[in-house]
Amino acid sequence: MAEFLLSPPLLLMLGSVVLAAAPRNVLPRTVLRALLLALPVYSLWRFWGLDLGDYAQFELFGQTLTLVRIDPLSRIFVVIFHLAALIGSVYSFYVRDNFQPLVGVFYAGSALGVVLAGDLWTLFLFWEVAAVSSALLVWVRRSGRAAGAGLRYLGMQMVSGVLLLAGIVLLRHEVGAAPGWAEFRNLTGFLENGGLGFSNLAATLIFLAFGLKAAFPLLHSWLIDAYPESTPAGAVFLSAFTTKFAIYALARAFPGQSELIWIGALMTAFPIFFAVIENDLRRVLAYSMTNQLGFMVVGIGIGTELAINGAVAHAFADILFKGLLFMAMGAVLYRVGHVNGSDLGGLYKSMPITTGLCIVGAASISAFPLFSAFATKSLIMSAAVYKEYFWLWLVLLFASAGVFHHAGIKIPFFAFFHHDSGIRCKEAPRSMIVAMVLAAAASMAIGLFPLAELWFGVANPFYELLPYPVDYDVYTTTHVITQSQLLFFSALAFATLMRTGLYPPELRSVNLDADWLYRRVGLRIWDGVATAFVTIHRAGYAAAERLAGAALETAQRHLGPQGFLGRSWLTASMALWVAVLLAAYLVVFYWRLA
Amino acid sequence: MAHHDHGKHGGKSYWLDSKRNVAKVFYALIAVDVLWLAADLLYKKKAEFDAWGGWADGGFGFYPVYGFVGAFLLVLAAKQMRRVLMRSEDYYEQRRDGGAS
Repeated sequence: MAEFLLSPPLLLMLGSVVLAAAPRNVLPRTVLRALLLALPVYSLWRFWGLDLGDYAQFELFGQTLTLVRIDPLSRIFVVIFHLAALIGSVYSFYVRDNFQPLVGVFYAGSALGVVLAGDLWTLFLFWEVAAVSSALLVWVRRSGRAAGAGLRYLGMQMVSGVLLLAGIVLLRHEVGAAPGWAEFRNLTGFLENGGLGFSNLAATLIFLAFGLKAAFPLLHSWLIDAYPESTPAGAVFLSAFTTKFAIYALARAFPGQSELIWIGALMTAFPIFFAVIENDLRRVLAYSMTNQLGFMVVGIGIGTELAINGAVAHAFADILFKGLLFMAMGAVLYRVGHVNGSDLGGLYKSMPITTGLCIVGAASISAFPLFSAFATKSLIMSAAVYKEYFWLWLVLLFASAGVFHHAGIKIPFFAFFHHDSGIRCKEAPRSMIVAMVLAAAASMAIGLFPLAELWFGVANPFYELLPYPVDYDVYTTTHVITQSQLLFFSALAFATLMRTGLYPPELRSVNLDADWLYRRVGLRIWDGVATAFVTIHRAGYAAAERLAGAALETAQRHLGPQGFLGRSWLTASMALWVAVLLAAYLVVFYWRLA
Repeated sequence: MAHHDHGKHGGKSYWLDSKRNVAKVFYALIAVDVLWLAADLLYKKKAEFDAWGGWADGGFGFYPVYGFVGAFLLVLAAKQMRRVLMRSEDYYEQRRDGGAS
């Protein structure tokens, strides 16, 4: 029993439920918060003591399900999800209400359930719990926009769930047991066939289910739509889990699937154009997230050990630096009330610490030497080079310059520098700063570990967590110089565009994206269908009414008080008519006999 | 919470408030870029790709040119996208007209 209750997913989920249910007077806020932080810490400590293997197996409807399967791929995600739950909780203590960290930790538990699931049924269960609990984190903003965005978000998450369920049911039909990852990969022949096709519907459905949550192009707009509508803390939790366990699922089920290379390349490239013209700085981060997920998807598509290591390492790093950037923008949102690039500027005077920490996040996502993405994204780039994907490499290089442009420069520049907007506010609350410092320190550690290994021969604990052994030098002369050149000249382009006035001004606006298809076109089509239906319904109703009216009138005429049949008759005439009927009967009877 | 102060604030002036200092930052960036470009002369680089006569990846100034041109064109292209994609801030909140009652 303890094996179940103390497994990471259930410990976090049940723990947060118990804490939420505890009465206020029994559990003062500070005690509750201490216990809440203790949950991921204890869970990770306990997890660390376990060896690789299967735990907490159980029978359900004659199928053996596995709640916890620890292997090198799931292990690293378990570690980072615990860290994200911890950092997100600390961050969210800026409000008195504990609803957000409680839901956040519960949601983290469901994400742990996904990455630890030893079979697809268990995966599906947590997949859905994560969808619902994360939607709460959008709604917690309690604004009209958040309500709509949360509903659309939940709708898209449910589509992913339905696709996954359909895929699993088809697969179950073929293997006749709870499909595990091994069955899935052996059965489908998906990889051997080397392509997507309806020849294997189950695999295709599952591919799309994972792809939706990994924000594949055209399936991505739920992320852009919903995350920026959440609260400062809500967005931090949201940015950590759903997209990353989708990356895990893709790495688990579809490594080396060649379609992923071009899907991923597209994901790295197209969002950066949107990010340049987007005004809401947290929406810029959402685009930037799609772009970073693209790098991971490319890595999974390439599928070599180096590439998978890169994808997983980059997912780990992204949770930290994207969380840091969301935290910094969340602090601005909390203090100023909005994060519109058009109306911000000069905040470094009021929020110097947040500014500094945001710059660490910006340097990390931009893959500056010494910062995290330099030690993670490089694995993916090198994997592309080793497989001689020239055009892919060019796209990724362009996307890398673009990342620096929109996330590395635009975010800190328009929020904290640019012209002085005149806004004066307080520095971010202490809880926010502590959380940001944790994320910044971890981001820098990831970037510095390889250097420590190079100079002092200290083993790199981060690379040792990766699913495959790492034999890769990050800090080569060529790599440091070329990456710095790329970034500094990208910065020069930005500065030149600003000084010449060519840079597009930040404007209060909305830019159409794929969600326009359902928020506008789909809605219009729905309106059209509804209007047509109502028109037909009304016309039919009117015709039926006319017909019934006419019938009623006829009946009234003949049967009503004035009608021929409704009149009062004399008894004599009735007797006469009975005699006539009897006579007619006699005539018919005799005619029949004859 | 935030208070908006559009006048000259409390007398405290910052180094970056001066336009001249902002220009200094820009020129410093140019100087740093020149140094990074010069770095290409100081070491030998092995080209990974044969494409573009080995200039891509291996040649002098490839990364600087690619970074600068790429970022420059990115912004100009994104600016043009606004013509097609930009709507007012309350675009999705506007009342639906002609819909079902």
